[in-house]
Amino acid sequence: MLASLGVILLCQLIGEAVARGVGLPLPGPVLGLLLLLVLLLARDRFALLARGPLREAGVETASKGLLAHLSLLFVPAGVGVVQELDLLASHGVAIVLVLALSVIVTLLTTVLTFRLVSRLLRQQDAR
Amino acid sequence: MKDDPFSLWVYLSQSPLLWLTVTLLVYATTDAVSLATRRHPLANPVLHAMWIIGAFLLLTGTSYTSYFAGAQFVHFLLGPATVALAVPLYENRKRVVASIVPMLVALLAGSVTAVVSVVLLAELAGLPRDVVLSLAPKSVTAGVAMGIAESLHADPSLAAVAVILTGIMGAIIVTPLMNRTGVTDYRARGFAAGLAAHGIGTARAFQVDEIAGVFSGIAMSLNALVTSFLVPLAVTLLVR
Repeated sequence: MLASLGVILLCQLIGEAVARGVGLPLPGPVLGLLLLLVLLLARDRFALLARGPLREAGVETASKGLLAHLSLLFVPAGVGVVQELDLLASHGVAIVLVLALSVIVTLLTTVLTFRLVSRLLRQQDAR
Repeated sequence: MKDDPFSLWVYLSQSPLLWLTVTLLVYATTDAVSLATRRHPLANPVLHAMWIIGAFLLLTGTSYTSYFAGAQFVHFLLGPATVALAVPLYENRKRVVASIVPMLVALLAGSVTAVVSVVLLAELAGLPRDVVLSLAPKSVTAGVAMGIAESLHADPSLAAVAVILTGIMGAIIVTPLMNRTGVTDYRARGFAAGLAAHGIGTARAFQVDEIAGVFSGIAMSLNALVTSFLVPLAVTLLVR
């Protein structure tokens, strides 16, 4: 468990270091995600890597434990709303309406594009 | 017990222990309520934990800074949790590779819509310029959005609030909205949730369906990347 958490943190650390060092606009944890993915794929290819936390689903279990309570992790930033009460008092209704409309439009555009493209591809395959 | 309970409160309210405990217990309660309502969208655990803790801080006159000194230990885990998304992605890699084309097209369409719609609507509502700029990156995860807002000389803490509000509204609305569109493909539904509502949308997607969660996580990561490029461009073109 500890070693598995260590692997996850190490991936993030390398991700942050590379993102900062090279000046990539990519967030460090997203690079860390790619790194862990490559590590897991490499483990299937090379038996040499299948040891310690990479053996017997160690990293997998630790990751699922973290993801089980993903919602909780947003609470501290969310409570930050208390710092913006003045602004919300003056523009709150407009801000909430703008965000709500935008999120609905975005959800619909994304889901319908995804479905349209996957249908077109399936028709092409059928032909 | 000493004769002055107030000094005990002063001591505790400045210690990280109290606020970490409050965060965990309030969330455990709102999450239990959410579970008891079989994950009803309106029983969103983040939304209710947020206002309960916020009200508690206001009532006790505690500053957000002293609250965050305790809550930062939870906040810190956002980074490792993003890395951990590699695991469901790895386990479902065959389905992901098979859907790569619809994913990339939907990513582009969705990212552009997210940024352009919020900037245009905010301008239409007559919001001040720095508010418009702070709202622009609202569909990506908090850390990235704050970075984008900073680079535009906007208000990073307002950007973080816009991100959280967007995430919560997206998580509440996604299930009823998708049921109305009649889309039953959980890859598409999850992808939309993660793109529009980042990690809070992804947390919601995992509650509904594992495949939806996986695609939501991918959408969230890819959108963080695309939006970082897109916002400065959209702002130059669209903001007065």
